[in-house]
Amino acid sequence: MVTESPPLTKESPSEPSEASRNIHRTGQHTVEVVSDSGEGAQKCGQIFGTVCAKMGNGVWTVEIIPAEIEPPARLPAGASGNRIRIGTGPVTNWGDRTNLMVAFNEQVLLARHRLDALEEGAVVLLEDKWATHDDEEIRDEWKAVMEELSAFSYRIIEVPMEERCLTVVEDPRRGKNMFALGMLAWLYDLDLELVKDQIAHAFRRKSEEVYGRNVQLLELGVDWARENLDFRIEVPREPTEQDMIVMNGNQAIALGAIAAGMELAAMYPITPATSVSHHLGEVFERFGGVVHQAEDEIAAAGVAIGASYAGKVAFTITSGPGMALKTEFLGLAVMTETPLVVVNVQRGGPSTGLPTKVEQSDLLAAIFGQPGDAPHVVLAPATIEGCFHSMITARRIAETLRTVVIVLTDANLATGVQPFARPELDPAWQAPPPDLSPAPEGTRPYEWDPRTGLSRRFIPGQPGGMFTMTGLAHDELSQVAYSSDTNQRAASMRSRKVAVFQGTLKPPKVYGDASGGLLVVGWGSTRGAIEEAVDRARAEGLSVSSLHLTFLSPLEPGIREIFSRFKKVMTVEINYSDDPDAPYITEENRRRGQLAWLLRAHTLVDVGCWTRVLGEPLRPGVIQRVMRANTTEGGTS
Amino acid sequence: MSAAGCSLFCSLADDEREFGMADYEAARPRWCAGCGDLAVLTSMQRLLAEEQLAPERTVFVSGIGCSSRFPHYMKTYGFHGLHGRALPVATGIKLHRPELEVFVVMGDGDCISIGAGHWVHATRYNMDMVALMLDNEVYGLTKNQSSPTTPAGYATNTQPYGTYLPAMNPVEATLGITNASFVAQTAEWIPPHLYATLKAAYQHDGFAFVRILQRCPKFTGDLFQQYIQSPDMVELLEHEAGVETPALHAIYKNRRRHDPGDIDAARRLAEMDDVVRLGIFFRDESFPRYEETRSLPSFTAEERISILNEEFDRYAV
Ligand SMILES: Cc1ncc(C[n+]2csc(CCOP(=O)(O)OP(=O)(O)O)c2C)c(N)n1
Ligand code: SF4
Ligand SMILES: [Mg+2]
Repeated sequence: MVTESPPLTKESPSEPSEASRNIHRTGQHTVEVVSDSGEGAQKCGQIFGTVCAKMGNGVWTVEIIPAEIEPPARLPAGASGNRIRIGTGPVTNWGDRTNLMVAFNEQVLLARHRLDALEEGAVVLLEDKWATHDDEEIRDEWKAVMEELSAFSYRIIEVPMEERCLTVVEDPRRGKNMFALGMLAWLYDLDLELVKDQIAHAFRRKSEEVYGRNVQLLELGVDWARENLDFRIEVPREPTEQDMIVMNGNQAIALGAIAAGMELAAMYPITPATSVSHHLGEVFERFGGVVHQAEDEIAAAGVAIGASYAGKVAFTITSGPGMALKTEFLGLAVMTETPLVVVNVQRGGPSTGLPTKVEQSDLLAAIFGQPGDAPHVVLAPATIEGCFHSMITARRIAETLRTVVIVLTDANLATGVQPFARPELDPAWQAPPPDLSPAPEGTRPYEWDPRTGLSRRFIPGQPGGMFTMTGLAHDELSQVAYSSDTNQRAASMRSRKVAVFQGTLKPPKVYGDASGGLLVVGWGSTRGAIEEAVDRARAEGLSVSSLHLTFLSPLEPGIREIFSRFKKVMTVEINYSDDPDAPYITEENRRRGQLAWLLRAHTLVDVGCWTRVLGEPLRPGVIQRVMRANTTEGGTS
Repeated sequence: MSAAGCSLFCSLADDEREFGMADYEAARPRWCAGCGDLAVLTSMQRLLAEEQLAPERTVFVSGIGCSSRFPHYMKTYGFHGLHGRALPVATGIKLHRPELEVFVVMGDGDCISIGAGHWVHATRYNMDMVALMLDNEVYGLTKNQSSPTTPAGYATNTQPYGTYLPAMNPVEATLGITNASFVAQTAEWIPPHLYATLKAAYQHDGFAFVRILQRCPKFTGDLFQQYIQSPDMVELLEHEAGVETPALHAIYKNRRRHDPGDIDAARRLAEMDDVVRLGIFFRDESFPRYEETRSLPSFTAEERISILNEEFDRYAV
């Protein structure tokens, strides 16, 4: 952190001498680049994060996304950009607050300030043109913001971004982001060749000239920073021997699907899931894969089921509202025992909710959302790397169990960028080509092994396997059930295979001591923040451990036993629960976090919860406070 | 449909086999006595025998309704799915396995009410399959509710004082969809016409939409009686590029020469409700077919790994 920097509130820098330049060394640092939508702050942030990762920093990037594509300029609600947290060693979450921000106008700065995004003493590199703008109204707005912020200890440095950019481009809205990148490149001592490679990649569909102009802007930023800034930030890098790759969760899902040998992704555009199809759309055909953009989410599920029925397991990808539409088809896949992988990149809900923001509110719907009894598997990766591997796991489970596997990720993973060890690709991860050998004489389409419920499926093209799969209750021959015990038996067979699968899972590992005071249980993308909070709480002397669940249905074994080793167990989740001390809320009527609900039912342990739906990832510092409150007072939450 | 070229999926051994109608018979149909669905089933089994389709490479996909029980009665592969959603499943099958022969059987509610979106888009995808809409102008399975094709004024259980809205015209509507490549109408009580139409639909390269007027003695027994009793209320559309049924000429005097290549005439004829027109309204094999547009070579696991490794290089740190 830049705590050593003098807490100036505002300055127009004069050129510093080399000797007076401070180098702040720190183990981790958080940077934000924010602009009006359409000014390209996100591209700047992404490139910055990628290059930091390439140079050996741990990185976690999140997007700051406004609700509209092109909201009016200079509105706090239009703030758009990235937060990039870099560190020495792995960074697993977005952290608490920002240490350094590049802001393209004072309104987006104000927006971030009001969201409590800035650390005390944070450095802000702020476009200065608004202070002297022709429009008096704008000058007044600037003044008002400066006044509001003067009560805080930010170090605001005015930067003539537009003035400088105008020497190269006519429309500075199209260039400031590269200038900003240049300033960051100088501040964090990035390898400029790597930065240029990334610019080339970002503009790969544009002309050589566009690339050249962006590099010029980059260099302008570097020069300005060198001439005017009196500090640099050093977050020591640890280049690893290991081959690493860096990407976001949706890219990881797309590549994971390819690594799993899947050949068909059916989807209908919905934020924040859509970009999986963008990434896949670019490369899938090279692998013989098809991204089918269906007429709606229902059709997308149907197309995936049809393809799976006819051959290799296919997948469909969506978010909450689309998930709601697919439910009938999910029940059909369970009933016909057609393997299917469904990815739900969760966003805020219900209804259209918060399309671009993170939430973990679809857990219970994923498990129980299909009318009728529809046993299937739900799993949730916790990291970007986990997103990649979850597709391989999901494909295999779906095929082996002949059922639906739902992969729950969220907006935080979808847009979060993190480096991870390059996977050693294994051909065994891929679905083998469909077996079209003749079905044995007397074969039945649901030849349930009475012990396991498992059965072999037949694929069109296999002589002797001609049966009609049906969503109606049916017997082993797939004949519509007319006798009373047929349905009972079939339901138990479909359920049993999930139990058999549960028996193959390993108990989850406790993070921290295996027993003690408080156990915090989480799932999905909150893992990094929870574990960082555990580390900090333990450093404070608190007896806190955490447990992170990957399989939500069926649950991993041994959970109840793990719970018994702690005085208190609570979940931390990004979904809604009533605060226990809110009006009218009693132990009896309190609506709890979704995992808490599940664990209470499953273990009969009085599992507490602390949850929030703020439309942003959890901050480790906040979780740490929750841990404090739940260890020292010992109160239930 | 055309017999697609042999891919890695088909086995060649079956070329020796010979299939009779009985080879396509499965469970005994459980439709009501006199139900028109039965005539369609028989005609279809005859077609498959005539075309010698390998049962294991033929798939019948259906939704939910009386008519959607159809696949259970065919000794082929079958997928009896959700009400209204047969077409997406069929789309997935054909997209992943274009060499399979895909037939879709839907009811009127199934196809143009709950499944209306899929009907429009499947028409536009124009994949090589036969889509049958068995139109009894009522919801049969759920016992007599109005469907989009129930005539206005006709009493059903949900609209006992008469169906409120004018009936939709599925042929006219389908002809309005971009990329519609085959639109026909036939009646199950005229087996030669039914058979000739199914055959033409099968032989069409693209999405062949056939509305089959279908008697439901249980709930709409009276609806089609007039056409059966007075053949003059029926007009046969005939053309060498469409269907021709000389055997019917003695009974059906009302005939019109209609070139199915003429979309304007097709739309005009579909719109007129003076008589019931049976025949091929439109057919054009020049439209793009989605499974061809999206057709791709397949790769071995090792080939994929090497391409994926190249892809990883782009993300390498
Ligand atoms: C989602 C859903 N809604 C409603 C139903 C009930 N349902 C079953 S069949 C049917 C209508 C059947 O009419 P049609 O499609 O014309 O077929 P028919 O029985 O007349 O052949 C309805 C409404 C259902 N199975 N699923
Ligand atoms: S109700 Fe009508 S459509 Fe259904 S089986 Fe009986 S006659 Fe056929
Ligand atoms: Mg009907």
